[in-house]
Formats: sequence, structure tokens, C-alpha cells
Amino acid sequence: MTPRADDPQPTRPIAVFPDPAPIEIARTLDLSGYAWKAVRTVEALERLEPERGWGGAVVDCSEDPEGGWGICRALRDRDPAVVRVLVLVTGAQVGDLESRDHLFQDFCLAPVHPRELDARLRHLCADPREVDPESIVAFGGLELNLETYQATFDGRPLDLTYMEYELLKFLTMHAGKVVSRETLLSRVWGYEYFGGARTVDVHVRRLRAKLGEEHAHLIQTVRNVGYRLGQTRQTRQTRQTWQTRHER
Amino acid sequence: MGEPVTDAAGARDATAVRSDRREYVLHTIEERGIKLVRLWFTDVLGSLKSFAISPAEMENALQDGVTFDGSAIDGFSRVQEADVLAVPDADTFELLPWVDPKGAEARVFCDVANLDGSPFEGDPRQVLRRNLCAAGALGYRCYVAPDIEYFYFAPPAPGARPTALDAGGFFDLTSTDITSSLRKETIRTLEAMGIPVEYSFHEDAPSQHEIDLRHTDALSMADGVMTFRLVVKEVAALHGVHATFMPKPLEGVQGSGMHLHLSLFRGDDNAFYDPSDAYHLSPTAKCFMAGLLRHAAEITAVTNQTVNSYKRLVPGFEAPVHVSWARNNRSGLIRVPIPKRDNPLATRIEYRSPDPATNPYLAFSVILAAGLRGITEGYELPAEADSNLFEMPDETLVKLGIDQLPQSLSEALRTMERSELVAEALGEHIFEWFLRNKRAEWRGYKTHVSQYEIDHSLRSL
Repeated sequence: MTPRADDPQPTRPIAVFPDPAPIEIARTLDLSGYAWKAVRTVEALERLEPERGWGGAVVDCSEDPEGGWGICRALRDRDPAVVRVLVLVTGAQVGDLESRDHLFQDFCLAPVHPRELDARLRHLCADPREVDPESIVAFGGLELNLETYQATFDGRPLDLTYMEYELLKFLTMHAGKVVSRETLLSRVWGYEYFGGARTVDVHVRRLRAKLGEEHAHLIQTVRNVGYRLGQTRQTRQTRQTWQTRHER
Repeated sequence: MGEPVTDAAGARDATAVRSDRREYVLHTIEERGIKLVRLWFTDVLGSLKSFAISPAEMENALQDGVTFDGSAIDGFSRVQEADVLAVPDADTFELLPWVDPKGAEARVFCDVANLDGSPFEGDPRQVLRRNLCAAGALGYRCYVAPDIEYFYFAPPAPGARPTALDAGGFFDLTSTDITSSLRKETIRTLEAMGIPVEYSFHEDAPSQHEIDLRHTDALSMADGVMTFRLVVKEVAALHGVHATFMPKPLEGVQGSGMHLHLSLFRGDDNAFYDPSDAYHLSPTAKCFMAGLLRHAAEITAVTNQTVNSYKRLVPGFEAPVHVSWARNNRSGLIRVPIPKRDNPLATRIEYRSPDPATNPYLAFSVILAAGLRGITEGYELPAEADSNLFEMPDETLVKLGIDQLPQSLSEALRTMERSELVAEALGEHIFEWFLRNKRAEWRGYKTHVSQYEIDHSLRSL
């Protein structure tokens, strides 16, 4: 998909090699609003790693190819691997790329033009092949991708209107818990919405219709209280299970 | 069972919802590979109109609307104010399930606005919005559930009489299977488009079917009726069958109605429900009914807008003829269904005259206006008419103060043109245009010499 101008930048910092970062790379990252840290060694890469892992990396191999590729290997060996890796090579180093396809996602020629770097980073961060596990909410066969606003059931896309999607998202994020109609109204529609909690009932019926007869029971009515997705509480899908699916 | 999520803090603000909704539409276009977005709106007569834009144009359309020439559409605009804006209502953005996924298409209902952004007076959807706001100002939200009847026929040759599919003829051997499976497929498609179905069955007349929709707020339901009519026709056409919402296509059997189950809610409470009343009807419900009954004749041209509509409103075919109400008398104009269990949410009234050829936006508008007038003016509900009115002589009816609905489009128009209530509900623009257009329809009909006259007069006179 095309990255859009107002897409939020990844909140996890990007690793930049070498340290200090080349000035044109630093400036581009700053101007585009990326959080980043420069690393000089694999040891620094591990020490400075943010709590939720690196969001990606820009590795400039033009001055120190050996150090640069070392960083790339270390990134690949993280668990989970950091796959959003952009390498910079000189024209003379293009041959080095051949045997190292598995170490980077994209490359550009150094010296890099700031606009090219910016465009490639945007593309890298929007790459649908790497879904941020944080953006997947799932329950049973149901899965919602919060980045692309798409919902699927057993892999089959569900065609929802925006409000149906938002309602399903809220119920799924609170799966196993009873959610009152008032809460749904305020958290999904917003207080300024004109109309009463009947609106919630109407949308739940629409959702059930779209889930199909077989799965309509997924959204349970809790009499005089509200609704609940599923029977028991289930936490959000972990990164691990997401990866299993990704490899499949 | 986990503890309830009751925290109501963190309510979403309107700006966030608006921009999220835009993102949702644009992402869905991208992710589902949508090739065409159809902008839908409705003309004064209730025909669905559509023009398509490419996905690339959608972002701007959501922001600023799309300019189009309103005068190109019948009943939409005066020539001197030709250009209007179609402004997509992003909440209604939805994929069309009957279109091949490879060429995926989506539709979105539009509000039509003047170039300065103000609501366009000729747009029925804006008219309904205005009437719903008036109800909102009184604290009410209007819910509607229609029972829609229609016929399946073999594709008609121009001028030919309709051929029912399950009364012999065209599809002889498999007839009932075909129409029943058509109905089932229609329901699947409706549900895929978020229009839940309550019941469906084969009606009394040959090839006649009924699908009852579950209630939603009036605006969603008016959109729903427009979608419903298209889905029924599309699914039928895919199988070489013609579906029609013509009110009375066959002589001597029932016509097609669109009974409307109506209720008003005040927040979470059904304003029509009162457990202390014998019929569980609140004073509000009774005033609403009184308003509908008093203004019924005035709004009939809108709820029954074709020459043919009045061939349905005759005695003997379960269609209402008299302006009356009752609990279990299907000859009445308003029926008060008795809920199966004592369910406060299910208390409602059923308005039985409208037919499925009406413009749902305008019909809901005038019905709501009539009912609300009953509430604001505190009209008194006349006595229930529980005997069969068809069997009563006219003098008795007059003595009971029971009027008849208009007998023809002409009579309905004459009653409507004197109605300040309908003029206000529709707005002058649509009111005038509607009368002009429908008088022309009546003139066209009046000059037609029918088979009936030939059969009855040619030899004998």
C-alpha cells in the first residue's frame, strides 16, 4: 500500500550505524520525526535496544562495510528479527549486496539524497510484509489489523462499515469481558453522537448478520448489561503466535 | 465471566471519529483493491441514482464532496441552480457483495449540498435528516422496521402482462424452488450488507414474497430500503428474473405493501411503552397515532405515490381503506401488534398503507411529522375500530367518524396540496416539484383508455 503523508511514524526508535551518525542521515530522520539512536558496535546495539525492540535500522556501510554488515547480522539474529533494515553502500560496493539479500530489506547508494532516504524509510515502515504484532487484535478465528483497518474471520475478509469495525474492535480488545451499552456508546461512537444506546443494539445485529449464522453467537448478549465477545477472557494474541502465522 | 468494562471515561471526540472514518474508507479501498466507488443518492421520486468515481478521487470527495449537474437528474434541481455537491456519508461506505471481487466496487450514500455547503432542499435524504432533527429536538429518536412485499416475474416484454413464476408457465417445473432460492440468496446478500432480516416468506399471491427487516433508526432504514430494492432486483436479474415493487401488478390478488413498524425512543426507553395501559401504549404513542390518523389523507400522496398505488388500497386484499386503528384488525390503517412477551422494547405501531414504490426518505419524513404533530398538539386518539369496516355501510362509517383514504392519486394530491404539514415536512422545493410531477402523471393516466373501458363499453354503448 502507499504510505500516506499523515501516517504516524513508528514509535519504536530506529538504530543508525555508525556512531556518530552521518549528518545527512541524522538530519533526515530528525526532520521526518523518527526517534533514533546511533550505535557503533553490536554491543552498543544490544545495550541501547529499546524495551519493545528496534523499530528498524539504517546502516551506512560506505565507510565501514565490515562493521555495518556485522550490525545487519546482529539485527537479523535478534528475537524477533529486525527486518526493516535499510543499508547504504557506495557504487563500488554494490557487488557486496549479492550474497547478503537476507540481511536487508532495501538499500540506497551513498551519498544518499535526503528525499530518497525519506521516501525509502516511509516505504520500509509501511511495508505490509512486516506487521507490527501490536497492531493485530485477535480472538479465535477473528482477527483485526489496526493499521490497515481490515477484519478477517478464518482468513476470510469481513466487509464492515466503519462503525461496525470500531465496535468489533472494541469488543475484541475487551474479549471475555462484559461491556455495557453506555460504555460502547461513549467509547466507540463518542458522546457527541446523536441518539441512544439502541444504536449499539442495531449495530450488534448488523455485525452478527455479517459474521454469518454460524458465528453470530460470538457476540453474546448479557441481559440488562450489555455485550461480550466470546465466553471467557482471552488476552491479545502474542507476538509468538503472530510469527507462527506469518511464516505459514 | 470477566468483570464488566464500565469505565466510560475516554469517550471519543468527534474530530477523532471523523478523521478515523476517513482513514478507514481510504485503507479499505487500498486493501480490498476497490476499482470503483459508487456515489449513491435518491431523487424526489425515490429512484436510486449513482455515479462512479475512481478510488483516487475518493480522498477529495470525502473532504470536499463532488460537484455534479443536478438538473441532469429528474426532480433534483431547478435549471438556474444546476450545480450541487454530493457529499459522501463515510459511515455508509460498504462493498457491493454481488460484484466480482476482481473488480471490487463499493458504494457510499451521499448527502446533496449546495455549493456553499448548506443542505440542498431538493435532496430527500436531507429532508429526512431535517425531520429527524426536529424529532431529536423533542428528545425522540425514530425507529422503523418495514415489511416489504414484492413479486418475481418472468422478464416482461414491453407492454406485456406480467407472468408469475410459480403459477405455471415460464418456470413450470422448478418454479417454487427458483423463487424460494432467489429469496434465500437475497437474504444472504442483504445480511452481508448489514441489513438484518427478521422473517421472510412466500406471500398469498402467486410469485409474491415478503421480507421483514429488523428495526434501525429511520435514516439507516431509508438507506436500507434503497439498498434492499436494488439487492432484490440485482439478485433476481442475475437469474434472469424480474423483481418488481409495483404496488398492484396483478388484478384479483393481493398487492404489495410496505407496512412500517414505528416506535419512538427517548434515550434507552421506548416512549411508546406504558405498562399501566391495557394495550401497553403510552400517552405519547396514542398522540402519535392520533396525529397519523388525522393527517393520513394528507400524506397518502407521498406514501402511495403512483396511479397504480390506489388499485391496491381497495377492500378485500388486506390493504387499508379506512382511516382507523385496531389491535388485531388488519383492515385498519394502524395496527397495534401485541408483542409475544411483555417486552417494553417491542411496543410499536404498524402503519399499513405505504407501498414499496414510495420514496422511503419522504415517506418516513411525512409520517414522522404527522405523528409528532399529534404529540405536540396533544391530539386525542379516536376509539378503536375492531369490527370489519369493509362490511359496514357508508352511513355507519360516517356516523362513527371514520374517513376513507384517498381513492385515487388525484384525490390524494388535492388533499396534499392543502396540507401545511406536508409542505413543512417536505420543504417548499420538493412539495411543489412533487405536486407538479404527480399531476402530470395523473393527466397522462386520465387520457388513457383502458382495456376495462373497451370490455365494458365498446359493445354495449
